[in-house]
Amino acid sequence: MSEQPFSQQPWNLRESYTYDRNVIAEIRRAANTGIYRIRGWGAKRELPTLDDLVFLGASMSRYPLEGYREACGTDIVIGEGRAENPVKLDIPITIAGMSFGSLSANAKEALGRGASAMGTSTTTGDGGMTSEERGHSNTLVYQYLPSRYGMNPDDLRKADAIEIVVGQGAKPGGGGMLMGQKINERVAQMRTLPEGIDQRSACRHPDWTGPDDLAIKIVELREIVNHRVPIYVKVGAARPYYDTALSVKAGADAVVVDGMQGGTAATQDVFIEHVGIPTIAAIPEAVRALQELGVHREVKLIAAGGMRSGADVAKAIALGADAVSIGTAALIAIGDNDPALEAEYNKLGTSAGYWEDFQAGNDPAGITTQDPALSGRLDPVIGGRRLANYLKVLSVEAQTLARACGKSHVTNLEPEDLAALTVEAAAMAKVPLAGTGWVPGG
Amino acid sequence: MTETILDLAEITLRELNQTLQNSANGAFRVTNPRGAHAVAAGLHTDVEVHIDGSVGYYCAGMHQVGTVRVEGNASTGLAENIMSGKVHITGSATMSAGATGNGGLVVIEGNSGARCGISMKGVDIVVGGNVGHMSAFMGQAGNLVVLGDAANDLGDSLYEANIFVRGKVASLGADCIEKEMRAEHVETLTRLLAEAGMDADPADFTRFGSARELYNFHVDDIDAELAARSTGA
Repeated sequence: MSEQPFSQQPWNLRESYTYDRNVIAEIRRAANTGIYRIRGWGAKRELPTLDDLVFLGASMSRYPLEGYREACGTDIVIGEGRAENPVKLDIPITIAGMSFGSLSANAKEALGRGASAMGTSTTTGDGGMTSEERGHSNTLVYQYLPSRYGMNPDDLRKADAIEIVVGQGAKPGGGGMLMGQKINERVAQMRTLPEGIDQRSACRHPDWTGPDDLAIKIVELREIVNHRVPIYVKVGAARPYYDTALSVKAGADAVVVDGMQGGTAATQDVFIEHVGIPTIAAIPEAVRALQELGVHREVKLIAAGGMRSGADVAKAIALGADAVSIGTAALIAIGDNDPALEAEYNKLGTSAGYWEDFQAGNDPAGITTQDPALSGRLDPVIGGRRLANYLKVLSVEAQTLARACGKSHVTNLEPEDLAALTVEAAAMAKVPLAGTGWVPGG
Repeated sequence: MTETILDLAEITLRELNQTLQNSANGAFRVTNPRGAHAVAAGLHTDVEVHIDGSVGYYCAGMHQVGTVRVEGNASTGLAENIMSGKVHITGSATMSAGATGNGGLVVIEGNSGARCGISMKGVDIVVGGNVGHMSAFMGQAGNLVVLGDAANDLGDSLYEANIFVRGKVASLGADCIEKEMRAEHVETLTRLLAEAGMDADPADFTRFGSARELYNFHVDDIDAELAARSTGA
């Protein structure tokens, strides 16, 4: 018989699968505060991802391109033949909408610098356009959101594209949040709100409901910008087949489908973890809608939600997307959750790599804050260089995989180049389980 | 001032709006609108536009300068996100008139449907008749003046906009309460009625505003309370 005290016996330390430490902590937190958990970041639980797919590199029946010598294009054009000034991007990776307010001005500037250096676009967010981001973004997409905070027709005319936001992957069906700690004088003025309030944005557009109204809204926006720039529609991935089809019907030049791994600056944890479908399941359904309508590769599909690597970029494109959009990864690239700030994270009761309280306004990295001292820590020039380097790696990785599949342009990748490692991924992505010809449900 | 006639039976919507948007000033009369959408949208120069007949969605949308007058009715989103200037219709408007407007004046001589002044951010709206449910929903700034009655949930989740109603209010929305009509409110109301050309006595109106109870989450902290008790703080 062991001489260890009972409390130290191994079987006494068995953690419940149903009530693990995170669950117990959340029950205790809820019991203490009486308010649902609000946080940033995106879904943290295990979900089917693009990692569950692999490329079938060329061999005897397919011919690869020379990795360092033969050309492999990465450019895309959005709105060609549909808007007078289509958006031309050098790489198929865009920066997702993130507001000034949720992010510091320096962070917005860093995103603009990095994206512009690599010939791609950034996107505004809830709260309007700042001079910093317009000044540092060669291609800037202006989000048109339900709240219309900071919505100004002069800014609309300065934009290179308009993105009508219907939903977001982190919270399809929900509106944005910005906690009072981050609503300083400038943010309050831009949004016409009292300083310090806990802002809860509207989840529905105030002047249209449904696809028929949206078609008329798009007519109005085109009239106001004189048909100059393309119009995107962004949806949170919930029913991507129908949402994509209805966006096309309404006249969108591009559809942005944001999977449930997509990040947020602040929303309810219950939303982040329990609403929407994973990106791997959303892309094929959106593509199916575009193909059935005969507009695949004409109306562009931008996939978002948990894009981290060039492999993710290439897989999303192989499934039928034209480009991807990154948010969380871009913030990490410019300094979010930097291990060099470990001591600072420890003071907040967390650790680098775990920090998710974007809503709190006390970001040690100076990214998701409006505190001048904290935001001053982020050098936008250095941040921009880091983002440009990261985007370069994503693009080159995607090219590498495309060449290995014998493709001279990344958008020539196709589902036939993929196999799935799990039955679930095969069913969602609609590609065969590796080593078989079996597509569940196909 | 000589009026230029723009006949929507003869020209396209795009030709109409381009002509209006590219004119530095001048007076225009739009004929045969026949319920067209986005008529006179995005005007940003000091033009005067007179529309003979009813219009569809988003007439004078995002209006910035000058005057648009509609002799008829307007559908959804009349003068949505108006920044400045004046939009005046002699008939009624359907949903979301003056939605998210930042400034300027919208006058509706008839009734206005649901969500009139939704998310208003500084616009002044004067309605000669009644307004539909959830009018001034999430209204942030500006004034909504209603000479008739207001339907259910008036001013739901209101921020700092003021609502003045002369008739009956079916029900108030969350966080919207009746408030004292002080001298500055009478002054504002008197000015708006005059600018709208409405004959009404400010003394007959009731003011509604935000109780400001929803501005911040109410967060309990039992642990902190117990810790304070144990230390005698």
